[in-house]
Amino acid sequence: MTPDSMTEIWVYLSAQPLLWLTLTLAIYLLAVFLHRKSGGHPAVNPVLISVSILVALLLATDTPYQRYFDGAQFVHFLLGPTTVALAVPLHAQLKRLLAMSGPLLIALVVGSLVAGLSAYAIGAWLGASAPTLASLAPKSVTTPIAMGIAERLGGLASLTAVFVILTGIFGAIFATGILRCLGVKDEASVGFAMGLASHGIGTARAFQLSEQTGAFAALAMGINGLFTALTLPWLLPLLAPLLR
Amino acid sequence: MIAALATLLAFQLAGEALRVALHLPVPGPVIGMALLLVWLIIRRGPGEPLRHTSGTLLQNLSLMFVPAGTGVMLHVGRLADEAWPIAIALVASTVLGIVAAGLTLHRLTRHKKDAQ
Repeated sequence: MTPDSMTEIWVYLSAQPLLWLTLTLAIYLLAVFLHRKSGGHPAVNPVLISVSILVALLLATDTPYQRYFDGAQFVHFLLGPTTVALAVPLHAQLKRLLAMSGPLLIALVVGSLVAGLSAYAIGAWLGASAPTLASLAPKSVTTPIAMGIAERLGGLASLTAVFVILTGIFGAIFATGILRCLGVKDEASVGFAMGLASHGIGTARAFQLSEQTGAFAALAMGINGLFTALTLPWLLPLLAPLLR
Repeated sequence: MIAALATLLAFQLAGEALRVALHLPVPGPVIGMALLLVWLIIRRGPGEPLRHTSGTLLQNLSLMFVPAGTGVMLHVGRLADEAWPIAIALVASTVLGIVAAGLTLHRLTRHKKDAQ
């Protein structure tokens, strides 16, 4: 095959959704393979590896993100039904969840307020701009909720989406280690903390640990999304002068 | 598998409809998750196809975040401008959130177990 015909094939395929959809799945499978090879080490995070390889590939081939997303959107779409599917493990753990409802609610309020308000306070203390601060505050909740909250606070929705992803990857990698240092090892507390602080990516990691850990993470992700959406938009403007 | 997928999509659709109709601040799929949970409580658990399909999807939840995560590349410039405040605030507040939630739940449930 001549270099010219290679280029021709590349020009054709790189404009098709099929190429980027296939590459997304193939690179994810490679990342999962590496994750398993490492014995499930949290630092070998499948999302982080896949995203790193894809970003490098897109930059190297000068492919715009929008063209990549034309293919990858079919995978992105599955996020919706998969979120709905979280009801199944939640139902399996329902008795345990109900028996712990009091402590779970208290942990929700404490964890949610600490995660949101400390992001704003620390950012403000270090001199971040107002739109950046408003985009940082809702970073622990799932992307669509966080984007809505950021807009109401005067932040940038797309920047928030990036903070949400970075927070998720960070939490998925470090949560178990941090909690182990503090002597917190029970599935309920670990799962709940992961889902609360790092939403779906934390929940994905929690499901790798066990179904019970995953169920508590799914619960925390859902109720923290709801709680943050209901409190942060009015609470943050009220407390902002004190946090600066 | 198709029946299970249709069930999940139907609940997502119901969630979206409810969100728009009632102006709820929560995304449609999260409302759909709550609706499916209620349905499972009424039905006393999922059938085997739904359990199987849900399990397969949830095992690959990480995959669903890859397309959105790759969008990070659009913001590399903006992130570089305020890199340090952003990185420190993000890391520190996430650690604090993990510790606050995990430690609170751990302490509260441990005392309960001690009392029993």
